[in-house]
Amino acid sequence: MIEASGLCKRFGAVEAVRDVSFAARDGQITGLLGPNGAGKSTTLRMLYGVLGPDAGRACVDGIDIRGEVSAARARLGVLPHAAGLYQNLTARENVAYFGALHGMARAPLGRRIEALADSLGLGEIIDRRVKGFSQGERIKVALARALVHDPGNLILDEPTNGLDVMAIRSLRSLLVALRDEGRCILFSSHVMQEVAALCDRVVIIGEGRVLADAPPEALRARSGAASLEEAFLAVLESRGAGA
Amino acid sequence: MGALLTVFRKEFRENLRDRRTLWSALLFGPLFGPLVFGFMVSRILEQNADAVDRPVAATVAGAGDAPHLMQFLAEHGVRVEARALDLEAARALVQRGGAPLVLIVPPEFPARLRAGLPAPLQLVTDGTDSKAHRSVERLRGLLAAYSGAIGQARLQIRGVDPLLAVPIAVDEVDVATPADRAALVLGMMTYLVLFAMLIGGMYLAIDSTAGERERGSLEALLALPVDRLALVGGKLLATCAYMALSLAISLAAFVAVFHFVPFGRFGMSANLTPRTAVVLVGVCLPFVPLGAALMTFVASFARSYREAQTYLGVVLLVPTLPIAFASIYALKARRALMLVPSLSQHLLMTRVLKEQSLAAPDLLISAGAALAWAALLVAATVRLWRRETLLG
Repeated sequence: MIEASGLCKRFGAVEAVRDVSFAARDGQITGLLGPNGAGKSTTLRMLYGVLGPDAGRACVDGIDIRGEVSAARARLGVLPHAAGLYQNLTARENVAYFGALHGMARAPLGRRIEALADSLGLGEIIDRRVKGFSQGERIKVALARALVHDPGNLILDEPTNGLDVMAIRSLRSLLVALRDEGRCILFSSHVMQEVAALCDRVVIIGEGRVLADAPPEALRARSGAASLEEAFLAVLESRGAGA
Repeated sequence: MGALLTVFRKEFRENLRDRRTLWSALLFGPLFGPLVFGFMVSRILEQNADAVDRPVAATVAGAGDAPHLMQFLAEHGVRVEARALDLEAARALVQRGGAPLVLIVPPEFPARLRAGLPAPLQLVTDGTDSKAHRSVERLRGLLAAYSGAIGQARLQIRGVDPLLAVPIAVDEVDVATPADRAALVLGMMTYLVLFAMLIGGMYLAIDSTAGERERGSLEALLALPVDRLALVGGKLLATCAYMALSLAISLAAFVAVFHFVPFGRFGMSANLTPRTAVVLVGVCLPFVPLGAALMTFVASFARSYREAQTYLGVVLLVPTLPIAFASIYALKARRALMLVPSLSQHLLMTRVLKEQSLAAPDLLISAGAALAWAALLVAATVRLWRRETLLG
C-alpha cells in the first residue's frame, strides 16, 4: 500500500505539486495519468523518498518514507524514469549490486536472481554485459533490479517509454503477474491505452492536483465518454474551465 | 560498512572492465610523465655537458714561439696539440674536418710582442662547422683575455691606472645555475607524479558521479535504503585505489628512467632506488584521498561526463600552482609550507631525491594537512549527495 496525503512541492517559483492525495492498494495496479509536466514524476519521487515534500506525507505500508527511511524503502521497489544500468557489468551483476545494497546475503541473493531471471525471461542474457542490450531487455533488467529484495510495493515512472510493441506487451503481462501475487503497483504514464488496458484504478493529475481518482470504467461512465481517452480529456477540460 | 564495501567492489570492478579508461589510468598517465621527463632531462644534460665539461682542443702551429701563451691556454682548460703546419696545410686540415681550428703563431710573434707592437696570430676556422663553434668562441675569448691582461700590465708598468682602459664593465648574470635547473626539473618530476596519480582516479571519479547521472542510474541508487556516506565513501575508496595503483606504477617507471639518466651532473644524487621510491609513495599517499575527494566533489556538480572532464581538466592543474610558485620563488622547505598540500609533497620528495633526511614533524604536518583537507572535501561531497538537487 502506497499512500500520498496532502503532498506539496515547490521548486523556486514553480508549484510542481499542490496537495496531492491518493492511495494505491495492494493487489491492484494504480495508474498515475496526466500530461507531461503535470507533476507525475515529482509526486512519485516524493513517494519513493528522493524528494522531501514541502507539506504532506508519503507512506509505504503505513511507514513514513522520510521518517523510517530504511524500513519504508525495504518494502519498496523503484523503477525511476531514467532506469539506467551499468554498461560494463552483466545483467546479473547489475541486479546483485542492488540486492547487496539492500543488505541481502550472498546465497539468498543468488537464488532470488535465478527466480527473477526465470519469471522475467532473462535466462539467456543474465550473464551478458548490459552494453548492447535492447531497450526491452534493459527494462527487464531494471525491473529485476527493482524487485530483487522482493518488495510488496513497486513504483514505476513511465516504464513503457521507448519500448516497442512487443516489449510493452511483455511488460504488461509481467505487471499483471506481479499484481496477482498481491503486490501494490503504482505506475505513471501519459499514454491512455496503456492505463485503460492495465489499471484497476486511475488517478488523473494535472497542474499538480488530483483531478480524478476512480476505476477506469467509473471514469468512462461519469463523463459519458465511450473511451477512456475521451474521459481523460473531458476531465482535463472541465477542470481547466473551472479554474 | 557493508554497503560501503559493496559500492567499492562494484566501482573497482566496473572500472577494471573499461579498457579505454584502464589504458589511460594505469598506462598512459603513469608512463607518459617518466618518459617525457627522461627524454627532456637527458637533452638538458647533454647540452650542459657540451657547454661546460668538454675541454676545447686546439691545434697550434709554432707553439714554441709563444710558450707563455700556451701556458695560459693550458691553465684555462685548452688541450694544446702542437704541430708544424703552414697556412696552406692548416686550411686543408680544418677544411676536411681534421681539426676544429688551428692557431698559427708566426715567427715574428715573439719579437713584436717584446717590442710592444701588435703581435699577429692567425686563427683558422670553418664558419659553417656548428660543432666547432663553441671551441672557436672559447679560444677567441681566451685570446682576448690574454691580450687584455698583457695590455693592462703594460699600462701599469708605465704608471698608468689600467682601469682607465676599461671604461665599461659588463656584469653578465646567468640565472640558469645548475641548482636552479635541478629545482625546475624536480618540480616537474613531482608534478608528473601527482599528475599520474590524479589521472589514475579521474575516470572513476567522473564515472561514479557525473557518469552515474548521465546514464540514469543515479536515481535508482539514491532510492535505496543506503546512507549517502556509504555511497560516497565506497566511490571515493575505489578512486583512491586506482590513484594509489597509478602512483606506484608511475614511481616504478621513474626508478627505471633514473637508472638511465646521469643525474650527478645536476649536483643531485641520482638516487631513486626502489627503496627511496617506497619512501616517496609514503610521502604521496596522504595526497591520494585529497585528490580523490577533490575530483569527486567537483565531478558531482557536472551534468554530464563531458562537462565533468572539462572541470577536472582544470583540477589537474591545481596542484601545479604551489609547485610553480615554489620554483619561481625558490622556496626552501620551511615547516609552515608543510601545511600546503602538493607543495609539501613536492618539497618532501625533493628532499628524498637529494638524499637529505626527512624530519618526522614535517612528514606528520604534511600528511595531516592533506588528510584534513580531504576530510573537509569528503564532508562537503556527502552534504552535496544528501541534497535533493543532486538528482538534477
